Amino acid sequence: MDIASVRSDFPLLAARPDLAYFDSAATAQRPACVLEAARRFYEETNANPLRGLYDLSQAATDAYESAREEVRRFLGAAESGEIIFTRNATESLNLVAYSCGQHLSPGDEIVVSVLEHHSNLLPWQQLAARAQARLRLVPVTADGRITEEAFRKELSCRTRIVAMAHVSNVLGTENDIRLFARLAHKAGAVFVCDGAQSVPHLPVNVRNLDVDFLAFSGHKMGGPMGIGVLYGKKELLQAMPPFLTGGEMIEYVTKTSATWAELPHKFEAGTVNAAGAVGLAAAIRYLNGLGWDEIVRREEELSEKTFEALTAIPHLHILGSPAAADHHGIFSFTIDGVHPHDIAEIANADGICLRAGHHCAQVLMQELHVPSTARVSVSFLNTEDEIGRLAKCLASVRERMGYAE
Amino acid sequence: MPSSFYREIINDHNLRPAHKKSLPGANRTLRGVNPSCGDDITLQLLVEDGIIKDGAYTGDGCAISQASADMMLDLVIGRPVAEAEELSALFLSMIRGTATEEDIERLEEAGALIDVRHMPARVKCAVLGWHTLDGLLAEV
Repeated sequence: MDIASVRSDFPLLAARPDLAYFDSAATAQRPACVLEAARRFYEETNANPLRGLYDLSQAATDAYESAREEVRRFLGAAESGEIIFTRNATESLNLVAYSCGQHLSPGDEIVVSVLEHHSNLLPWQQLAARAQARLRLVPVTADGRITEEAFRKELSCRTRIVAMAHVSNVLGTENDIRLFARLAHKAGAVFVCDGAQSVPHLPVNVRNLDVDFLAFSGHKMGGPMGIGVLYGKKELLQAMPPFLTGGEMIEYVTKTSATWAELPHKFEAGTVNAAGAVGLAAAIRYLNGLGWDEIVRREEELSEKTFEALTAIPHLHILGSPAAADHHGIFSFTIDGVHPHDIAEIANADGICLRAGHHCAQVLMQELHVPSTARVSVSFLNTEDEIGRLAKCLASVRERMGYAE
Repeated sequence: MPSSFYREIINDHNLRPAHKKSLPGANRTLRGVNPSCGDDITLQLLVEDGIIKDGAYTGDGCAISQASADMMLDLVIGRPVAEAEELSALFLSMIRGTATEEDIERLEEAGALIDVRHMPARVKCAVLGWHTLDGLLAEV
């Protein structure tokens, strides 16, 4: 990968060579082709998709539906009707919890893990409260793994839904989704995968993983903000009631009732974010063009270098696995005696963008007995030079906070 | 944000606070929390005859939240409640960017936090102790 040339595809990076952006797990930077694709939609094919009977509206529909087809191919789904466009992974997960959750009875069980992002915890907490179901949390090991044994302990004959992150947004750990999905299916449960942190960085094939649902956000992989995806197996989606109701998701409406449109439109009420979908498709084509082998190889290499640089800094502690390869570019850390917000503030003064806080994973923070952490997240766009700057800055933090050494 | 934000005076109050302890004789106690970032302090005061006779705090948080609380106690211990309330209002106006230089001088060392007015993400940290103080004094 010619990194200088790749970085020049990203207008923000080109305009801000002073910045070292290490927050791609929160949102990625966007290549110009994504912005252009969204703009071209509005300039050349703008009409309300799926409605008008004139050519321009058909062109808008075609643009939107070909974006769906691009996502279907990308995920390896069987049919484009299994691809629902949403706002983001959060909305996708809420959709499943609301609609798939309607078949739960009191006493049924939902299983999630303690390392979930709030977006894959709160919808299930809410569902459990509504359905009088029981929410069970799989613990993690001290180094942040979910073991088969711990997972099996939380399964029972009452398990109806299992929801789990593919890659942790705090620790970077990858969960063995194929295994856990298989065990969930054996127990008679559906398996929901939160792919927010995996889909942008690893080749993800929904049929290979055999998950029933997969959620992800476009903006974490270079697509526009405000477009996300829910993949769901057709027979499950067909059996589910709609999430939001309103325009363009119906078949027939009377004064007191309605029947629903076919998939995927049943789950896409109201005017859709067509420009967002077109932009997401452009982001997928861009990443495909770079090559997934190359993306994975480069991110593994940068992840390894970041890990080495951070572990060499006295008083800095990385949470989770002691092996670089388990981090997938995500490093949450603490520095003795310095609050994570102060770490981020000092990094900011050096032009380095870091996240600090609880990373929307307060349950995991409680399990790990840390109130908050700072987080570096690396993508293929980072450079060795930036990692050097990061290491130099973090090594100076304690001194800049008034510690003697 | 200037790289010199963590000036000696802020680092010093953070690392070597004068008032970070519990106050056994306190007659007022209130906890203040910033749920989004985890700053968490418990402020204790001994108020007698309308005077803040003594004060202390315990808790965890970033350097800004902790140093701000320590500098605040330096400023208000020994003063009448009404004056402490006035100083707290001055501190908030400094953070909002509306205080005059004279006002800021009255805040003594707490005036070192003036740069927070350019750091919107850290305003909550700087004002946590002061909001907690307001809450305590409102009970008087």
